[in-house]
Amino acid sequence: MVKYFLSLEWKSFFRSASFGKSLGIKILMVFLSLYFTGMFLTMGIAMYPMLKKVYPDNDPFVVFNGFLFFWILGDLLIRFFFQKLPVMSVKPMLTLPIKRKTIVNFVLGKSVMSFINFLPLFAIIPFGIMLIGNDYNVSIILVWMLTMVTLTLINNFLNFIIESLSAETELSFLPIILLAGTLFSLNHFNIINISEALSKGMIAISENPMFIIIPIAVLAVLYFYNFKILRQKLFLDSSLKTKTHEVNASNMEWTKNFGDIAPFMQLDLKLLWRNKRSKTSVWMLALGLLYGLFFYPQPMYQDMPWFFAFIGIFVTGIFLINFGQFIPAWDSGYYKMLMSQNIKYEEYLKSKFTLMALSVVILFVLSIPYVYFGWKILLAHFAAAIYNVGVNTHVILYGGSFNRKKINLDQKAAFNYQGTGAVQWLIGIPLMFLPLGIFGLTYFLVGFEIGCLVLAILGIVGIVFHHKLMRIITAKYLASKYKMIDAFDQNN
Amino acid sequence: MITTSNLSKKYNGNLVLNIASLDIPKGQSFGLVGNNGAGKTTYFSLLLDLIQPTSGYIKSNDVQVNKSEDWKPFTAAFIDESFLIGYLTAEEYFYFIGELRRQNKADVDKLVAQFEDFFHGEILGQKKYLRDLSKGNQKKAGIVAALIGNPEVIILDEPFANLDPTTQIRLKGIIKDLAEKQGVTVLISSHDLMHVTDVCERIVVLEKGEIVKDLKTSEATLKELEIHFAGDEVV
Repeated sequence: MVKYFLSLEWKSFFRSASFGKSLGIKILMVFLSLYFTGMFLTMGIAMYPMLKKVYPDNDPFVVFNGFLFFWILGDLLIRFFFQKLPVMSVKPMLTLPIKRKTIVNFVLGKSVMSFINFLPLFAIIPFGIMLIGNDYNVSIILVWMLTMVTLTLINNFLNFIIESLSAETELSFLPIILLAGTLFSLNHFNIINISEALSKGMIAISENPMFIIIPIAVLAVLYFYNFKILRQKLFLDSSLKTKTHEVNASNMEWTKNFGDIAPFMQLDLKLLWRNKRSKTSVWMLALGLLYGLFFYPQPMYQDMPWFFAFIGIFVTGIFLINFGQFIPAWDSGYYKMLMSQNIKYEEYLKSKFTLMALSVVILFVLSIPYVYFGWKILLAHFAAAIYNVGVNTHVILYGGSFNRKKINLDQKAAFNYQGTGAVQWLIGIPLMFLPLGIFGLTYFLVGFEIGCLVLAILGIVGIVFHHKLMRIITAKYLASKYKMIDAFDQNN
Repeated sequence: MITTSNLSKKYNGNLVLNIASLDIPKGQSFGLVGNNGAGKTTYFSLLLDLIQPTSGYIKSNDVQVNKSEDWKPFTAAFIDESFLIGYLTAEEYFYFIGELRRQNKADVDKLVAQFEDFFHGEILGQKKYLRDLSKGNQKKAGIVAALIGNPEVIILDEPFANLDPTTQIRLKGIIKDLAEKQGVTVLISSHDLMHVTDVCERIVVLEKGEIVKDLKTSEATLKELEIHFAGDEVV
C-alpha cells in the first residue's frame, strides 16, 4: 500500500501544473537547503573547538547540553513557520478499500522524512564524532545522539499539534510566540530553570541509557495524539460541515465620496476583511509600523541617517508592498467575470491605487511618534511617504501586470508562497532599494535635507503625472489580459 | 445580432473550434449541444473575449468582440462558479454587478424580487457568503446576476447542471420568457437534450469543433438529436 502512496506522491509532485512554472522558487529552495546544510555542518564541526575556546574550564559536552533548551525552542519556532504537515488528497481514497489507519500512518511517516528533521543530524553527528575522537565514552555519545534524534522528532510532532490548534485562530502565529516567550522568560528570570533541568536530564540519559525510555515515551504520546487528530479529520463531515457564523454586511456608504471607483473600493475593502489570506496582511500593518523600533532605539543606527529613508519606505509602505505585490491576483478567483463585465480597467486599477495611497498617508500619520527619536526621522519618513504615493504605487501596479499566479484567498498568509513568482522578488529592487540608493547617494554627496528633498520631488513628479502613468499601466494590463485569464484559470 | 465568420481556435496545433459561419438573429433562443470537448465553452469564451481567436472573428451587434469593448454593456454571462465573488453575500454581489451595469439598488432589488420563487428562499437574506452556498444555489445566484441591467445578449454555459428539478423547470420558464417576450438573445449550452429542445428555438450540434447540425426546433428534433448522439449514424 505504501508503495502506491509513494508513487502517487511522486506523480503529484512532477505532474503538478505549476511544476515548470515555479522552478525559480524550487531552485531557491534547493539553494537555501544547501546553505543550511553547510551551516549546520560547519556548526557541527566547529562546535567542539569553539566551546573549548569560549569555555576553557568546562566540559564542552556539558556546555552544549546547557544550551539544549534554546536549541529545542529555536527548532520549534523555525518549524512552526516553515514546516507544514504534509498534505495528501485523501478524498479519493476514502471510498477505496484502504484502512484509515494506513493513510494516517503514511502521512505522519512522511512528515518524519522532512528535510528539517535531517538538518540537525548534520550538526549532531560531526559533533558526536569529534567528542568520540576526544576520548569520550563511545556508548555515552551514541545514546546522546539517539536522544537528540528523538528530541528532533518530538519537536516534529509537537509542532503539528500546535499548528492544528492555532490554525483556526485569526492570528495563527500568536500562540506559538506566546508559548515560546513564556518558556523563555520563565527560564530567563529563573522562575523555573528549564534549561538546567533539560541539561541534567540529558546527561542522566547518556549516563544511564535506561532513561531514554522517557523521551521515547513522550514521542509515542505525541505521535498518537497526532494520529487521533488526523484520524478525525479523515471524515468528510469535517469539511462538509456548514459554517454557520453570520455575516454582517455593511454598505460602506462613505466610499461613495470616491465617485466612480466606489464599487471597486467597496469590493477591495471586503476582500481585505473577509478572507483569511488578505486579512493577515492587514495585521502585518502593526508589525510594519513597529519595524522602526528595531532600529531607532539603538545608538548605532542613530548615526546612520542614510538608512532612515529605507525604514520610512518600509514603515509607511508596508500595506502598499503587502497588498500591491499581488494585484491583480487578489481577484484571480473571479477575474474572468470582471473581464466580461462592463468595467473600465482604469477605474479598477485606480481603486487599488487610491487604497494604497490612503494607506501610506494613514501609516505616515501613525508613524509620527517616531519623532521622539529625532526630527530627522520624521522628515525622512515624510519624504519616503511622498515617494511611496508618487512612485512606488505606480511601480507596483506596473509590476502587477506581470503577475501570472492565482491566489487562494482562504489560506493563511504568513509564509505562504502561493502566488509568489519571480515578479515578487524582482519588484522589491525598484521598490525598496532604488529609494535607498537615491537617498543614500544624495546624502553622502550633498546632505540629509537634500536627500529628503530629492525623494519628495520624485514623489511629487509621480503624483503630477499620475493620469499619464495610469494610462500606460492600463495599456499594459490590457495587453496581458488573455495571459492573465488563462493563468488565473489554472489550479496549481 | 451575433455573426461568426471563419472563426477558429487552435491549442498547440490542435484545432478545437472551426466555424465557417454562424448567424444568430436578435431575440433567438439558441442552444449549443455536443459531447465533452466539442468546443461549446470555447465558443462562449471567444464570444466573451476571454480567449483570442486563432483566425476569424465574432461580431456582436456589429461590434467585433476582440477589437472593441463596446459589446460589454449589452452582454451578460454566467459560465461557471469563477464568475462569482466568493466573499460577498448574494445581495452584495447583485448590487456590485448592478453598479457595473449602471443600475441603482432599487433597480436591482426590483429585478431580483421577480425571482423570489426561483430562489426558493435559499439565496436572499441568508447572511452567508456565496462561497458557503451549495453548488446549485451558487448557480442560481450567478444566473440571476446575469440578468441584471437588461442585457440584450445572455450567455449561460450548462445552466441546468446541478439544479434541482423544480428549479430546472422554473429556469426554463425564465429563459423562454426572456427570448419570446423581451427580445433577448439567449445562448445556452447543455448536455440535457430534453431541456434544450424545450427551451431553444434553434439547436446547433458541435462535434470536434465543427457544426454538424443546425436545427430549427420542432416535434421531431429531440428524436433526431437522440439518434445522432446514440451513434447510430454511419460516420
